[in-house]
Amino acid sequence: MELEVIKYIGAGLMSFGMLGAAIGIGLIFGQASAGVARNPSAQKQIFGTAIIGAVFAELMGLFALVGMLIMLFV
Amino acid sequence: MADAHAKHSPLDQFKIQEIMPFNIGGYDVSFTNSSLMMLIVVALVTLFITFSMKKRAMVPGRMQSLAELSYEFVAGMLKENVGSEGRKFFPLVFTLFMFVLFSNLLGMVPTAFTVTSHIAVTFALAMLVFVTVIAVGIAKHGFHFLHLFIPSGIPGWMVPIIFPIEIISFLARPVSLSLRLAVAMMAGHVLLKVVAGFVISLGAATAFIGGIGGVVPLLFISLLIGLEIFVAFLQAYIFALLTTIYLNDAINLH
Repeated sequence: MELEVIKYIGAGLMSFGMLGAAIGIGLIFGQASAGVARNPSAQKQIFGTAIIGAVFAELMGLFALVGMLIMLFV
Repeated sequence: MADAHAKHSPLDQFKIQEIMPFNIGGYDVSFTNSSLMMLIVVALVTLFITFSMKKRAMVPGRMQSLAELSYEFVAGMLKENVGSEGRKFFPLVFTLFMFVLFSNLLGMVPTAFTVTSHIAVTFALAMLVFVTVIAVGIAKHGFHFLHLFIPSGIPGWMVPIIFPIEIISFLARPVSLSLRLAVAMMAGHVLLKVVAGFVISLGAATAFIGGIGGVVPLLFISLLIGLEIFVAFLQAYIFALLTTIYLNDAINLH
C-alpha cells in the first residue's frame, strides 16, 4: 500500500479515540442529570463536579484528535 | 491534488508571521502577529475594566455590571474552591481568566489570530500556574508539602507505589492544562475552516441551480460559530477553575 493511503487510514483509526471521550462525557452528564432529578437542590454542586469530570474525559478525546491532526497535516 | 490541499490547509490560519524581525543573541524574538494580538488583548482587558468601573455608580450601568459580573464570577469560584485564603490569589486567577477569555473570543473574529491556539502560549500560562502552586505550597508548608503526594488514609505499604504515581500526575498538570486549551481552540477553528470550505465546494458543485447547495453548510456554520463562542468561554472557565483547584491543593493539602 502507498504511504499516503496508510496515513489516511491511520488518521481514521485514530479518530476512534474520540468515541471514548464522547461516551464518557455522555455518561457523566447523563448521571449528573439523573442526580439533579433526584435532588434538585444539589444542582450547583453536582454540575460543578460533572464539569470537572467532563474536562478530564474530554482531554482524552483531544489527545486522539491531536494525533489525528498530526498524522494528516504534519 | 496535494498542492491544492497544501494551499488551503485549515492549519494555515495558525501560521505565525513576523511583523518586526528582531534578533537578540541568536534568538528570534521578532514582534509577530501573535504578540500583536496579545498586546491587543491586554489593552482591551485593561480598557474594559478601567473604563467600565470609572463611574463607580451605585446602580451599575451596562458595562459596569459586566465588569462586576466577571469579578464576582472569579471571586465566587475562588471562594468555593479555596476558601477565604484564596483572596490573595484573586489577581492571578482573574488575570489568567480574562486573558484567556479575551484571546479566545477575539480569535473568533474573522481573520483574527487566535493566541491561545498555540501550545507555546498556553504552556507558558500553565507553567506560570504550576510554578506558583509549587512556590505557594513550599512557602506555606515547607517540607510538609510532600504530603500532597500521599493521599490520606492509605495503608503504609502502598505509599511507595502511590508516591511515584502522584508525582507523575502532578508533573503532567501543566501539560494537560496547556494542551486542553490549545487543542480545543485549534480543533474548533479547524472545524470552522473545514465547514467553510464545504460552503464553497457545495456551492460550486450545485452551480447549475445557482449554488443553492451551499446554503446547508452555511446554516450549519452559523450554529457552529455559536458553539465555538460557548467553547471559548468554557475553556477560559476551565482554565481558571483548574488553577483554583491546583491552588487549593497547595494551600490546604488534603
